[in-house]
Amino acid sequence: MSVLVLADHDNGQLAGATLNTVTAASQIGGDIHVLVAGDTSGDVARAAAAVAGVAKVLIANGNSLDHGIAENVAPLIQKMASSYSHLLAPATTTGKNIMPRVAALLDVMQISDIVQVIDANTFQRPIYAGNALATVTSDEAIKIVTVRSTAFDAAAEDGSGASIEDAAVGSDAGLSSYVKSELSSSERPELTSAPIVISGGRGMQDGSNFAMLEKVADKLGAAVGASRAAVDAGFVPNDYQVGQTGKVVAPDLYVAVGISGAIQHLAGMKDSKVIVAINKDDEAPIFQVADFGLVADLFEAVPEFEKELG
Amino acid sequence: MKVLVPIKRVIDYNVKVRVKADNSGVELANVKMAMNPFDEIAVEQALRLKESGGADEIVVVSIGPSQNQETIRTGLAMGADRGIHIDASHNIEPLAVAKLLKEVVAREKPSLVFVGKQAIDDDCNQTGQMLAALLGWAQGTFVSDIKIGHDKAIVIREVDGGLEHLEISMPAVVTVDLRLNEPRYASLPNIMKAKKKPLDSITVEELGVDVSPRLTVVKVEEPVARSAGIKVADVSELVNKLKNEAKVI
Repeated sequence: MSVLVLADHDNGQLAGATLNTVTAASQIGGDIHVLVAGDTSGDVARAAAAVAGVAKVLIANGNSLDHGIAENVAPLIQKMASSYSHLLAPATTTGKNIMPRVAALLDVMQISDIVQVIDANTFQRPIYAGNALATVTSDEAIKIVTVRSTAFDAAAEDGSGASIEDAAVGSDAGLSSYVKSELSSSERPELTSAPIVISGGRGMQDGSNFAMLEKVADKLGAAVGASRAAVDAGFVPNDYQVGQTGKVVAPDLYVAVGISGAIQHLAGMKDSKVIVAINKDDEAPIFQVADFGLVADLFEAVPEFEKELG
Repeated sequence: MKVLVPIKRVIDYNVKVRVKADNSGVELANVKMAMNPFDEIAVEQALRLKESGGADEIVVVSIGPSQNQETIRTGLAMGADRGIHIDASHNIEPLAVAKLLKEVVAREKPSLVFVGKQAIDDDCNQTGQMLAALLGWAQGTFVSDIKIGHDKAIVIREVDGGLEHLEISMPAVVTVDLRLNEPRYASLPNIMKAKKKPLDSITVEELGVDVSPRLTVVKVEEPVARSAGIKVADVSELVNKLKNEAKVI
């Protein structure tokens, strides 16, 4: 048995979700190889080689693979697949874009977004936005799996240094080309991997009021998120969104401010270790999942909270 | 130009799903069903393309039991021109759905397939990408904006760090995300008109696709429910609890 993990990266850095995927791979068992495909310097490959449990890093370095163009990356993985029992990728937008294409090329039914490895053929995954958990088993010769990163610990980055080998790049299918990105720049930690997340909802009333949350976030080293209502109201950009249709987070501490707690939001944060809710409506459903609830006007409570943090 | 829009019939998103007592799945009997919300956005986008002169025919296709014809009628009432119902009794996995759709594409020869990025029942997020792979077409996934040119389209994709602009060749499969548009409601006159629009029914066998499931669902369970904690009186008690009890700050 051997597992190929598709690394998620931006050419410069290995995305954290890759580490969680390696942990899922180690629970499956067998040799773990990591594929770094892109127009990449050696940095990502070296970072991958230092991940504990990784036996080998394969680097496919070519312009056609840059930005994870699925039409070019998928055939590359397809060609390598026969050496592996499992193909894994983090369930990031990159993994979700590429892996089903690989699965169809190999005539394999993919198992998406697993939250638990039960055995090498059997996995648990959420359905209905996490309102049910399905245990599914696959008899396919190759298992193709995407991994929900928040459900697995990150593998340590203190490995003994795996070997790095070049892999064939393949040709450009000529179907899609990258134009540009509009990435939100933030000094704060990335939402899905931050140990603390503070999110605002419709109760924030205006985008400028998110500055209050940012001050708290800076004191706690937290990421700032938002509910879909806050995103739809235009308070903050869409990539702040935590929920069924946004990002799924599971930090040590999640602070929900002015968020009522719609099912769609809960689906994105209910696996957080400690949940705090600040809301002036004591009937708000968010209090049903909160470990610590504070019924208060957020415009008074949040500045006070920030002050108390010292 | 023709646009094909595959639509899935799922439990209405407002319904709280219940796991069956025997853990074989979720309760579907007597539960309100509706078009997958992401597929509604796909239908809407096709309609807007047609209204702006960019498309001349919109075909909606749905796979499932005879009740799926209702979902197709909803698409027709929104404004699609024609419906195709692929009669299938049981739950069909995304790979088999993609194979069936490939056969429909071979018959209909659309220039674009618009489809929801995922269905809100199985949350697989696979069908569009699989269809694109089987057809050898370009794919634009999780799309929140699209501009159609002559033989290329520019899509804006919602990716983890923000947005990505991609140029894709046509024909292409585009999977749509939430913020692409707000789907319209079907007006009563259009619901009446939709009853007269053509709706063909074909079987899985006619399309010659093996749809036997590849995965076995061992069991379906309720997630462990989170219980409510305590209410704190004020901010200083909150901070105290977080520091000394939960030890998270």
